[in-house]
Amino acid sequence: MLDLSTTYLGLNLKNPLVASASPMSKKVERAQRLEEAGVAAIVMYSLFEEQIIHESLELDHFLTRGHNSAEAMTYLPDSGTYALGPKKYIENLTALKKAVQIPVIGSLNGVSKGGWIEYARHIQDGGADALELNLYYIPTDSSLSAVDIESAQVDLVAAVKASISIPLSVKLSPFYTSLPHFASRLADAGADGLVLFNRFYQPDFDLEALDVIANLDLSTSADLRLPLRWVSILNGQVKADLALTSGIHTAQDALKAMMSGAKVAMMASNLLHNGERAVPLMLNEMGWWMETHEYESIRQMQGSMSRKSVAEPAAFERANYMKALNSWRELP
Amino acid sequence: MKRSIVTIDGNEATASVAHRINEVIAIYPITPSSAMGEFADEWSAKHKKNIWGTTPLVIEMQSEGGAAGTVHGALQTGALTTTFTASQGLLLMIPNMYKIAGELTSAVFHVAARAIAAHGLSIFGDHQDVMAVRQTGWALLSAGSVQEAHDFALISQAATLKARVPFLHFFDGFRTSHEVTKIEQLTDEDLRSMLDPELIAAHRARGLTPERPVLRGTAQNPDVYFQMREAVNPFYAAVPAIVQEAMDKFAKLVGRQYHLFDYVGHPEAERVVILMGSGGETAEETVNYLAAKGEKVGALRVRLYRPFSIEHFIAALPKSVKSIVVLDRTKEPGASGEPLYMDIVNALVEGRRSEVKVIGGRYGLSSKEFTPAMVKATLDELKKKEPKNHFTVGITDDVSHTSLDVDASFSIESDETVRCVFFGLGSDGTVGANKNSIKIIGEETSNFAQGYFYYDSKKSGTVTVSHLRFGPKPIHAAYLIEQNQANFVACHQFTFLERVDMLKYAKEGAVFLLNSPYNKDEIWDNLQSEVQTDIIAKKLKFYVINGYDVAEQTGMGGRMNTIMQTAFFAISGVLPREQAIEEIKHSIEKTYGKRGEAVVKKNFEAVDATIANLYEVDVPALVTSKVARRLAVPKEAPAFVQQVVAPIVDFKGDAVPVSAFPIDGTFPTATTQWEKRNLALDIPVWEPDLCIQCGKCVFVCPHAVIRHKVYEEKALEGAPAEFKHMPSKFKEFSQGFAYTVQVAPEDCTGCTLCVEACPAKDKTQVGRKAINMAPQPALRESEAKNWDFFMSIPDLDRKLINPSTIKNSQLLRPLFEFSGACAGCGETPYVKLVSQLFGDRTIVANATGCSSIYGGNLPTTPWAVDANGRGPAWSNSLFEDNAEFGLGMRLTLDKQNEYARELLKALTAEIGQTLVDGLLNADQSTETGIAEQRERVAALKEKLAANKDVRARDLISVADSLVKKSVWIMGGDGWAYDIGYGGLDHVLASGRNVNVLVLDTEVYSNTGGQASKSTPMAAVAKFAMSGKSLPKKDLGLIAMAYGYVYVARVAMGYNDQQTLRAIIEAESYDGPSLVIAYSHCIAHGYDLARGLDQQKLAVQSGAWPVYRYDPRLAAEGKNPLTIEAKEPTVSLQQYAYNETRYKMLTLSDEGRAEELMKKAQEGIKGRWDLYQQMASMHYGNGEKKE
Repeated sequence: MLDLSTTYLGLNLKNPLVASASPMSKKVERAQRLEEAGVAAIVMYSLFEEQIIHESLELDHFLTRGHNSAEAMTYLPDSGTYALGPKKYIENLTALKKAVQIPVIGSLNGVSKGGWIEYARHIQDGGADALELNLYYIPTDSSLSAVDIESAQVDLVAAVKASISIPLSVKLSPFYTSLPHFASRLADAGADGLVLFNRFYQPDFDLEALDVIANLDLSTSADLRLPLRWVSILNGQVKADLALTSGIHTAQDALKAMMSGAKVAMMASNLLHNGERAVPLMLNEMGWWMETHEYESIRQMQGSMSRKSVAEPAAFERANYMKALNSWRELP
Repeated sequence: MKRSIVTIDGNEATASVAHRINEVIAIYPITPSSAMGEFADEWSAKHKKNIWGTTPLVIEMQSEGGAAGTVHGALQTGALTTTFTASQGLLLMIPNMYKIAGELTSAVFHVAARAIAAHGLSIFGDHQDVMAVRQTGWALLSAGSVQEAHDFALISQAATLKARVPFLHFFDGFRTSHEVTKIEQLTDEDLRSMLDPELIAAHRARGLTPERPVLRGTAQNPDVYFQMREAVNPFYAAVPAIVQEAMDKFAKLVGRQYHLFDYVGHPEAERVVILMGSGGETAEETVNYLAAKGEKVGALRVRLYRPFSIEHFIAALPKSVKSIVVLDRTKEPGASGEPLYMDIVNALVEGRRSEVKVIGGRYGLSSKEFTPAMVKATLDELKKKEPKNHFTVGITDDVSHTSLDVDASFSIESDETVRCVFFGLGSDGTVGANKNSIKIIGEETSNFAQGYFYYDSKKSGTVTVSHLRFGPKPIHAAYLIEQNQANFVACHQFTFLERVDMLKYAKEGAVFLLNSPYNKDEIWDNLQSEVQTDIIAKKLKFYVINGYDVAEQTGMGGRMNTIMQTAFFAISGVLPREQAIEEIKHSIEKTYGKRGEAVVKKNFEAVDATIANLYEVDVPALVTSKVARRLAVPKEAPAFVQQVVAPIVDFKGDAVPVSAFPIDGTFPTATTQWEKRNLALDIPVWEPDLCIQCGKCVFVCPHAVIRHKVYEEKALEGAPAEFKHMPSKFKEFSQGFAYTVQVAPEDCTGCTLCVEACPAKDKTQVGRKAINMAPQPALRESEAKNWDFFMSIPDLDRKLINPSTIKNSQLLRPLFEFSGACAGCGETPYVKLVSQLFGDRTIVANATGCSSIYGGNLPTTPWAVDANGRGPAWSNSLFEDNAEFGLGMRLTLDKQNEYARELLKALTAEIGQTLVDGLLNADQSTETGIAEQRERVAALKEKLAANKDVRARDLISVADSLVKKSVWIMGGDGWAYDIGYGGLDHVLASGRNVNVLVLDTEVYSNTGGQASKSTPMAAVAKFAMSGKSLPKKDLGLIAMAYGYVYVARVAMGYNDQQTLRAIIEAESYDGPSLVIAYSHCIAHGYDLARGLDQQKLAVQSGAWPVYRYDPRLAAEGKNPLTIEAKEPTVSLQQYAYNETRYKMLTLSDEGRAEELMKKAQEGIKGRWDLYQQMASMHYGNGEKKE
């Protein structure tokens, strides 16, 4: 009997496939379909404090705009009841929890320290099994040093951890000077898990209009390489569960993630593109592959090809690049 | 149950009763009554119950006529039914009012009484509308204050149920409907106690039902109609007693005693003033003041005007009275006296008091101020041996010499009352903050409080003046705070100081609070000499706050509300400072809490930052400023502008005498150019090195403040050094021609649409365009000179311009400029385009609405003239009849043209065959053809100048009709889709050559965004608070069904060339044309700088498919429909959710938002398919259209 189960953030999961934060979790029915398809846990879409603030200020602006003529005091009716702030998110979270048996992990992107802590508590109170902090931040200020940024984020993780009792994971971008060091600091600050990596919306250019445009490209299996390397490097070095996200599209991708040391393989693009049916296909194929290759369990393979487990750890390091160059030179 | 004390306005006070005691409410927006309908709709949308535990059914109709018909039907079937209206709206209800009264139906209409459009429209208050229905058989009950409006809403309902005579409950528009004051609110129990269930059951029982069938509304013949008209008499005879009975019952229940006629003043008065409405408050205060000083004067306030009870009137009038002055807030030209005066004269005769001397006069039309000094003037008139009858008070009538002299220094204001005047911008939140302050003072202290708000008529840069009173005694002052009476004057916008004399309000020792970009040490040197003089002479305590900085720091943007409100409380001493701040914060939480914590936090920060930035200024002893306040208009403005327009601009219109005005409402055009408003903080700056001379910036500018010109290089002689120019790139005008894009710095509103439209980007730095915004103050002087020079360069001859491209069309001079429309308005670019293309031969019929306000509200008009003095002639008739009004214009032109042609033929011998042939056969399809015809007409007039033949004189008088004229019928969707649709349909069907331009904002914009039939599904609007559940009416499709109407749907932000083409084609079509133009609007709830992008998305999503339907193509055997939108490429959501009108539903009811959005998306697909089928149909010769 094949054992696909794993643990992540102290949660027992029936398999390592997790739906990562995406609009799919906005609808209870969709989440239920994901569960039926075999997904082992769901990370909810992110609660963005910035968006909450923006929505509030925007609504206030356009509702109060006016008072500007004898004939019109305002231009839009004020119903007085709006699902603003974290309320709507928490309601959705609670509804989701009721509708599914699998663990539901809340996701949060804050702005202010107060906001992070307050919303984290709300998410916990809403029934989340764990919380994923989405450290979505693009530094653009040249006076801001790496130390400043990292310290602020570590402090934040510690503060959030101190304010909640559910497990806490942190979703990171790949752009840190020394990821292993930073990852360790996060784990020391209380992060129970690290999620590698966040995929930012990358801007594009419209050459005709000379405009910067925002396009969302879904990931492909090629995107797996980056997180695969870093999970492999971090595995065993950091006292936190690792989750691999970005580029999980096939059973092979998920198996690679496990071998790199990830406890779970998270995916969104694959589900958005192929729908829930991708999940049973992947699980079947993973099982077939494991049977064929005589693996008994997922746990057996977790970390088996991480940097500390392979014969040539340098394969994950700079030498990898050198080798690539050399191999090119060696071509006849 | 304890009654609560609330601080609300007259509209809310009335609606709060009406909504609780009715079952069906049919509404239609009209100022100043719209808010009553809005409240009713909002409360029903929130499922607020009436006193019987069920939510009243509220329905918006297409017009007041429609509302009245619906009310009639609902009443006839037994529902307790009401409506709210004013002015022309009430006039549209008259036919039904006769019916409702004739059928003895219990009903109440609540009316915020307003002026009637005559020589000009006015939205403000008087009794012309209610006096126009006094003959309909309705009882008329007049409330004089907010409390009375609240109370009478109930008393009228109680009385009508018993009397079976319908009641019109009215109160003064604005003065009462919009005054915010402290009142005692009636409880549901009060309402129940006053309304007899038996009478309600009887009303229901009279309803039509097939269970007990009866028939009403018979047609009657000479034999019986008269008798039946008389059969109702006993019911009218009973009304006075029934009303008094209801008033007495109310008094027992609530404690406030009213009478049909309430007398106040000296018990042995000899001179008495009689009047109705809010003026009664002022009269009451004044006679009490005078009586206390021993004058034997009194005031009789008329409550029940119809039926007029002579018996009650005589009983209320003291026996001692020797003379009476009757004041009517209406005008009945040609009558032997105004209505109330005539009633009183008659009552005195019939009541055997004919020894009493009576005079009558008019006051307060269109909310004209009515002050204690005026009351005194009317009573003083009675002392004269030969008092003036049929006088006016409150104006200077130097034509008919009707006006009474008024002692402006007479004031009865109590020292115990604190009076405060605040000057703010419409958009800075001043009015809202002051309403809030009144609420705090009224509800958190034992003070009585009153707030009243004045607005100018602009939609951008509106000046608002808030008048607040509070004190330990009830406030009955139904007039503005007068000069030298204010304890506190606040200026919320620093730039007002250079154009508004606000310190005239301050009394000696008053506080002056100024929002200033200068600190307490710099401010003195930046004040005008008049301001310094007043501060010193009146010994003002002077405070400054840099509210602009505080707003910037705390993210308040341009809103000064919280900041200046905090400053007011901090220095006025109304409440202890700490308590005041606590109350402000409490009220912020209450007001903004539901909009999220961020909003509350931002406002809290503003409160705290205000206190830290508020300083008292050490006032120097001497005036040092050499700078004077700006003139209202430049010295070079024409005489009429100087004498009439300038005082109005300068807030001194009240002082302009009758003789100065046109007698029939006719005004010169092209006057906005003299009113330099300097609204923009930033203005566009042209960069010739990047400019590709496309003209798109000029095309989209809503205010015609950015223009381009091609001119001969020699015209540059004498140009200011900073005047920018470059060689012309126009292929028709290249060699020897220069080109300039110029901005009018003092007229620009800073909307940035020109920058958004500019396609030319710097290749090394794409953020820099050929047009960029820069701060106005530094550019103001130099650019004003450049503008003057630019305007002095002659326009290109129209004959040389082919307007079929955007850049060429924009070489034509806009004859619609600098309007008061909102910054970034989506309507005015279309209006301006029409003025450019055809303005010198256009007559405009303009429906009431935004376009009639920015197009025709005094003091200045944007409709302009060209170098030859030609330009659009413009008129506004009504809201509902605009299409017919325009058709009438067309008929005149057609008839005069026909007659002129007949006369030409008859007078050929005198005129000469060549000229006659030329005039009769002129090809006027081009500018050249039109110019040649004008020359022929001039030659004709010259030739006939000395001819005494009557036919020759006639021909001269109609000869201009031989030059092609263009009739444009313009208005918004409220007119075209709703109230004016019946007429529009008929006019389109008439086949006549009229051009209809629908400026479609998808709501009633002018009255504040109420839903029309143009409002799209899923959008939220007033009267559609939970999102419109039905799709937008497809006006274009309906018009296409005629087959002979040119129809186009356009959105200039999507395709400017298509817009231009459609408008040119529409005008060229010799038949009816309809152009429906997407007009972004502040009621959509987004930054209008993105208006063009939203237009693009509207088309790309399929929400606004653009097309042209040209019947001329059908005649050629081609399909007339050309769809110019591409198949939708973006979802409706991608377009809609950029706008608050859609997005707010996702926040208030996500499920419904999703459901409606899904249905709306499906609707788009269905319509797209239908249009595709229509566009591919075979026409004529059977060949499929390629």
